[in-house]
Amino acid sequence: MKRLGYLVLGLGVAGVAGVALGWYITQPMGLPATVSERLTGDAQSGERIFLAGGCASCHMGSEDGADPKVLRGGAVFETQFGTFYAPNISPDPDHGIGGWTQAEFMNAVMRGVSPQGQHYYPAFPYTSYAKADPQDIADLYAYMMTLPADATPSRAHDLGFPFNIRRSLGVWKALYMDRDFVVTGEMTTQETQGRYLAEALAHCAECHTPRDVLGGMDTAQWLQGAPNPSGSGRIPPIAGDDFTWTAFDISAYLETGFTPSFDVAGGSMAKVIANLGQLDKTELDAIAAYILRAGQR
Amino acid sequence: MAFSKIIGSAALVVALAAPALAQDNPTVAARQGQFKLYGHNIAVLGGMAQGRMDYDAAMAQTAADNLFHLTRHDQSRLWPEGTDSSSIMETRAKAEIWENLDDFTAKFVALQEASVALQAAAGNGLDALRPAVGAVGASCGACHEAYREES
Repeated sequence: MKRLGYLVLGLGVAGVAGVALGWYITQPMGLPATVSERLTGDAQSGERIFLAGGCASCHMGSEDGADPKVLRGGAVFETQFGTFYAPNISPDPDHGIGGWTQAEFMNAVMRGVSPQGQHYYPAFPYTSYAKADPQDIADLYAYMMTLPADATPSRAHDLGFPFNIRRSLGVWKALYMDRDFVVTGEMTTQETQGRYLAEALAHCAECHTPRDVLGGMDTAQWLQGAPNPSGSGRIPPIAGDDFTWTAFDISAYLETGFTPSFDVAGGSMAKVIANLGQLDKTELDAIAAYILRAGQR
Repeated sequence: MAFSKIIGSAALVVALAAPALAQDNPTVAARQGQFKLYGHNIAVLGGMAQGRMDYDAAMAQTAADNLFHLTRHDQSRLWPEGTDSSSIMETRAKAEIWENLDDFTAKFVALQEASVALQAAAGNGLDALRPAVGAVGASCGACHEAYREES
């Protein structure tokens, strides 16, 4: 009997420890408060981050002719986990992010944690933005607060069990959230600049890299093409043997939307180019240099 | 525009076993050929705009004239119902085209208008050509964004 008692006690202790560990792992962890405290955002610099980060691609209205500066939410992602609706992130105090502090904004963008302390779903590409320079995100906050407010209510995601339990995303983050750059090693200054733009801001890999069953990116196949995460068809490879564009081709495509064979970007890439194409040509050249460097991994 | 009505009635004529290959369907092959010819001319105009080749006023004008005429080709027999990507394997034309024919037609008209402006600008130097080519590209992109499948 005594032995059984110890067993029960042992299991109980292990169970409690397990639950405590699980609770610890799944708790949303934001940035240290000091990160935001020492930063002042510059709205003018933030516009470039806004364009590079492609915020408008998902958060502008989805109808034709929608203003890319009115971020009232629009994109719909039908995935294997359920349907995600990009929320209103205009500065409206009730339906957008107008009531957020800079620290709350930085937590959301760089750690995927809401002001209420909940995990966001990684349809919001904070796993990429986590690599950003905090100053850039402070600048982005300053810029986005200058955009027009819109009172369109955000639509709740439509997800089945267990994906509707936000706490479980703590495990997902522990598995997949990695703030280190994927492409490493010897790199030119231009490639390094391009890596920052592509990996931390433009988040190319979020669509161009295949994902595993839990939705984590398979970094071994970085940028090598993937099934469309929302809808049919495939997102083409931009690395690997099937990708044969030159740096000129990539940069010209991002600037004008014309492929080397003079097809015109469509699908989700059309909006990416609408934003990214406004960057300086030197920045597009840097992204092109990075893409080619990533293909050499 | 009568365009959408004609597409509707064409649907009565066309009955296709799905899925079929595009090359088995002369209508879809013709439709794709039309877009290849757009691209054949935009390669000259866009090539100059992107700096892949030197600007040549006569060449640019010819390509822009071609594009103008190509975009005047009557579309009424090119888009029968049952020729979307869920019915035919080798097309990327989304079924949404036939659910939004007015909008699809409006986007085609936008291409026609952009090609008029390009025809007027193409021979007037590279600085005139570039924005006009950009506008044509934007009209292509607007339709691809809404109505073409990812590759």
